[in-house]
Amino acid sequence: MGERLEDVRRLFFNWEVMTATFPELLREGLPNTLMVSFGAISIGIVFGMLVALMGISHRWYLKVPAKVYIDIFRGLPAVLTIVLVGLGLPAAGIRPWGREARIAAAVALGAIATAYIAEIFRAGIQSIDKGQMEASRSVGMTYLQAMWLVIIPQAVRRVFPPLTNEAIAIIKDSSLIFVIGLSIGQRDLFRVGQNIAQQSGNYSAVTAAALYYLAITIPLTYLVNWLDTRLREGPKEALPADDLPATAEPGR
Amino acid sequence: MSAPADPSPAGAVRPRVALKGLSKRFGTLEVLNGVDLEIVPGEVVCVLGPSGSGKSTMLRCINLLETPTGGVVEVDGVDITARETNIDDVRTRVGMVFQHFNLFPHMTALGNVTVALRRVKRMKRDEAERIGRERLAEVGLADKADARPAQLSGGQQQRVAIARALAMDPEVMLFDEVTSALDPELVKDVLDVMRGLAAGGMTMVVVTHEMGFAREVADRVVFMDAGALVEEGTPEEIFGHARSPRLRDFLDKVL
Repeated sequence: MGERLEDVRRLFFNWEVMTATFPELLREGLPNTLMVSFGAISIGIVFGMLVALMGISHRWYLKVPAKVYIDIFRGLPAVLTIVLVGLGLPAAGIRPWGREARIAAAVALGAIATAYIAEIFRAGIQSIDKGQMEASRSVGMTYLQAMWLVIIPQAVRRVFPPLTNEAIAIIKDSSLIFVIGLSIGQRDLFRVGQNIAQQSGNYSAVTAAALYYLAITIPLTYLVNWLDTRLREGPKEALPADDLPATAEPGR
Repeated sequence: MSAPADPSPAGAVRPRVALKGLSKRFGTLEVLNGVDLEIVPGEVVCVLGPSGSGKSTMLRCINLLETPTGGVVEVDGVDITARETNIDDVRTRVGMVFQHFNLFPHMTALGNVTVALRRVKRMKRDEAERIGRERLAEVGLADKADARPAQLSGGQQQRVAIARALAMDPEVMLFDEVTSALDPELVKDVLDVMRGLAAGGMTMVVVTHEMGFAREVADRVVFMDAGALVEEGTPEEIFGHARSPRLRDFLDKVL
């Protein structure tokens, strides 16, 4: 029993291997993970809002493509989308973002994030009382003015918790981008850890990478909980966020 | 203009609002069937009727928050249901106040009153805020310009909503059961503001359950039931000499 425990300690929590891995993770893995994730979240927020607005439109030629997009990208395994978008499209000569693998990775993750964030924004927008739209229109605002000035500013506050959850999910999913092949210097946290583990035959390097992920995701999880409570009970002008999956578990 | 130019619908003055054969169906449900009503400038028309009689729907057709399924709505002689009419433009001239206030909770009272001046009428901030503060003062809330809706009482919120509609300098104001969601002790302040508007010559269409207000302020009272205009007349005629059994029945219940 004690021997087994010692094996676990040596293979997964070897302090020497871990301390040797930390600098490389910090220098290469962390910036790449953050860049790819941040890029994907930015893409997801911009296009997610667009797809959400299309999805709540009454015009079929806006609504249908939005629904189809959301269904497809929420329905596919992330790794499959990453291969198709990150490897397939460039192989087919479609690479407006150039040959940089990290950008291809961010686009692939961004395509997935767009679908999820579109649903988050749609739920947020539809949770705003319809009297807000009516009051906006009654003073002469156009539909888009009402959306931009009245509905979206209120919806954004409500979707902050689920949006942060989505950011956590993206950061975790960014570990899948190794499938498109990352050369030295492009590797993310997971890939750096895994490479060192392969070389050293010791998983402690992966454990070290795990600590980096947890250092990012756990605080974000608590931020979600805090935001959630604040939105529910918080300052008086805060609105109920009942219609939103705000407390849903992070990840998927 | 302190008194209605001519309270009778057949008057020579061009009506500010004219409903001609107005109909509205929701699916198979006939909510309005062929309502005819003309409102002249400066006139205050109160609309009474049991719930489900179509009075709110009629009101909401006047600024096309509901799209009529039949008939014509004219504002200043222009058919607003016509395809070529710019409805956003019409709505800047038709103010509306709602039962549940519908203030924008993320803006201050002043922000609520000025947002359309700035974004729809493209006014400069200074000019918009000057007008906004004037309107807030008119409804007795000059000191609440920087308050958020959540910091205001229901009655105060509703008065901000009235100021928001007034800021656009509308030619007619629509009131949709604006005191129904208020605690009884807050109703009077709102009605006082509306009395002031009426005395100032504002053209008003008021859907209300406040019989006292209708009796005292209305130039004309209209009674609706089952999507139709059943009876209309001066407050005295409606409250004192109701002709139709349905109106008498309604008044028996509410008075």
